[in-house]
Amino acid sequence: MLNFSKINIFIIYLIFIVIATFSFLNLQEKDNRILEKKINLGLDLQGGSYLLLEINSDSLVKEKIQSKVIPIKKLLKDNQINYNDFKISDKNLSLQLDNIEKFDLLFNSRKDNLVNPYIDKYRSFELEYKKIDNNKINISFSKFGLLTINNSALKQSIEIVRRRIDDVGTKEPTILQRGEKRILVELPGLKDPERIKNLLGKTAQLNFRLVSDNSEFGIEELLSEDGEKLNISRRIILSGENLIDAQPSIQNQNNEPTVSFTLDRLGAQKFGRATTDNVGKRLAIVLDGEIVSAPNINEPITSGNGMISGNFTFQEATDLALLLRSGALPTPLTVVEERTVGPDLGEDSIKSGITSLIVGFVLVIVFMLYKYKIFGLIANTALIGNLLMLIGILTILEATLTLPGIAGIILTVGMAVDANVLIFERIKEELKTEKSIIHAFDSGYSRAKITVLDANVTTLIAAIILFAFGSGPVKGFAITLGIGIITTLFTAYFLARHLTSLVVLNSKDKGIKI
Amino acid sequence: MYNFNFSSKFKIANIFSLVLFFTSVILIFFNGLNYGIDFKGGTLIELRSINTEVSTIRDALKSMDLGDINVKKFGKDGDFLIKVEQKGESNKFIPEIKNKLSENINSEINFRRVENVGPKVSAELLQSGIIAISLSLAAMLFYIWVRFEWQFSIGSIIALFHDVIITLGIFSLLKLEINLSIIAAVLTIVGYSMNDTVVIYDRIRENLGKFHKLSISEIANLSINETLARTIITSITTLLALFSIFILGGEILRGFSFAMILGVLIGTYSSIFVASPILKFFKVSHKTLEKEEEKIVP
Repeated sequence: MLNFSKINIFIIYLIFIVIATFSFLNLQEKDNRILEKKINLGLDLQGGSYLLLEINSDSLVKEKIQSKVIPIKKLLKDNQINYNDFKISDKNLSLQLDNIEKFDLLFNSRKDNLVNPYIDKYRSFELEYKKIDNNKINISFSKFGLLTINNSALKQSIEIVRRRIDDVGTKEPTILQRGEKRILVELPGLKDPERIKNLLGKTAQLNFRLVSDNSEFGIEELLSEDGEKLNISRRIILSGENLIDAQPSIQNQNNEPTVSFTLDRLGAQKFGRATTDNVGKRLAIVLDGEIVSAPNINEPITSGNGMISGNFTFQEATDLALLLRSGALPTPLTVVEERTVGPDLGEDSIKSGITSLIVGFVLVIVFMLYKYKIFGLIANTALIGNLLMLIGILTILEATLTLPGIAGIILTVGMAVDANVLIFERIKEELKTEKSIIHAFDSGYSRAKITVLDANVTTLIAAIILFAFGSGPVKGFAITLGIGIITTLFTAYFLARHLTSLVVLNSKDKGIKI
Repeated sequence: MYNFNFSSKFKIANIFSLVLFFTSVILIFFNGLNYGIDFKGGTLIELRSINTEVSTIRDALKSMDLGDINVKKFGKDGDFLIKVEQKGESNKFIPEIKNKLSENINSEINFRRVENVGPKVSAELLQSGIIAISLSLAAMLFYIWVRFEWQFSIGSIIALFHDVIITLGIFSLLKLEINLSIIAAVLTIVGYSMNDTVVIYDRIRENLGKFHKLSISEIANLSINETLARTIITSITTLLALFSIFILGGEILRGFSFAMILGVLIGTYSSIFVASPILKFFKVSHKTLEKEEEKIVP
């Protein structure tokens, strides 16, 4: 175990130097980097906000099932199937039919089925029906129908969330999908997430509807911005989808903040027609089911430009413009988890983390020197090498360092010497029975090998499981602990062994104490 | 080499361990664990405000109907930790709390940390924490079973249970908070304790092959003594690192490092006084190894 070929030595030190060199990349000046690699600081160290958002697919399913009512009724009417007792609930529709066989043929037809489209990807229809009794059926979304709704809502939500956050202009945000219903948002450096939370908490579904008592399309009663009860037609003249831009502006007459918007061509046509036909009437601007304002239509607006006023502060106008620009969210988002760390706490954490790392490191080094003298020096050299390699690998992976991650490094320092302790203690035992020092070292290394491996694999298993199940900062701990074990094995079995061999072989079998 | 008579103390140590273990189980069941917001849901606010008292903060929040409120000093003078029970799904009350505090406290307030975990997420975090610990125990069981014989595997897993339960028992007794970082600590304890046990087991296996005439008690005693120097030195270096975190690493890592310190002490003890006697209980001898000779040769 003490004989190294030249090529082996070369490879060991090459690996060591290359990896260790990466650790120095973290010392580069910010604007003057040779290589864009560094360890990232977690939000708990640099400060910032972590938000976990969840889409509410129940409300979406409700909305989608309602949108099926008219097409289904039309399908039944067009094909002369009589129905009655048509009921709408949150997740399904129930009705009585006189001809279920005919309905089945139409409902489960793969060709041009507009009511119940076939999803090729899942080989399933969007909707399914169940017979409750002889002529009564229950229509609901199939498993894959629900999945499709959910997935597209999630994708769309991520896109909108990204637009809104980019618009606010925070630095380097991270926006990721988490599971089937959640979006993870990390906003480094953000001190107060309330504004972002407000912006993400609104779906921002905007539509323009007439104030009218005409119940042709149904009406609903909403409160105006002044608290006045107004009957609003359910017919949507124009929705937020037709908006291409929205900006906050100040109205010159009374210095009131407003939002001016620009419509696309189709939107401008629709808006122009509606305002021409309804001059003198009031037009309600409805955002998420609440009236923002309901001004009079004084003259036709055909330019495709308009303005929304509503007693806004300038901040509110800015935020509304931002929401309208970014588009509506398909469902409301709920913040299910939030963690915000202020920048000064992050700095304090870095300081105390680094201090305890240095102190722990020095204590271990002094102890090893005291205990093993020259071999303690070897173990300590291996330990320093170990740290450099650990930081180097973290740099190569561009891993995120968290406060528990720093704890993982300190713990690695404490536990890393174990490998060398095992080996040295074994050598001590061998020295008792073995006359040749070289032989004693040799068999010490080879006998301790299995133990060292077994002992480290167990900790590695714990680290891997922690990585798989841990979240956020704890994951950072698992990463440093896990990589620490690998670098420990390398430094103990290659670096320290080679250094030991130099000492032992040079002593020429004379008086070595361990 | 040391020459202590450990095996003569096995019986008394086992009684001691059993008492500790069952006391811990009773504590965990009846006294409960003090779950932090990670696992219980709720809101945590860490703030810094010089010349402010706990009572001032408590009084300011009293009028708000927030449910259970817990205010305490946290580390340095002027640092406080507020914990609020979860109320409903909405977390609109965070800005309300901030405003209320700013109105009622004369000196400047620096909100250093705000965390809010919803009930759904906290339930999931607890579940994945339990899964992680169970899975790590199962993985250890399997690894030792592959590398040694089943008797060793059972012995090591009992030692691990012993360590985890007693650590949690002490946390229950002292009403210390169980949060995500404690789960990380428990898993690391599992790794460390296993590490310690493996070193002794390795030596027991080796000595079983060497000394056919010795009883398992004598073999265990010899093996523990032979590896004792290493056991002590590694515990010391690990504890040096841990105490350094405990004292200097700041308030956030205190619970974590405390759990680890407990775990290292208990884990070291259990490798000697729990994992080794179990081999005696299973009447392990060199014949146990011969049956599966081909498996044990590394």
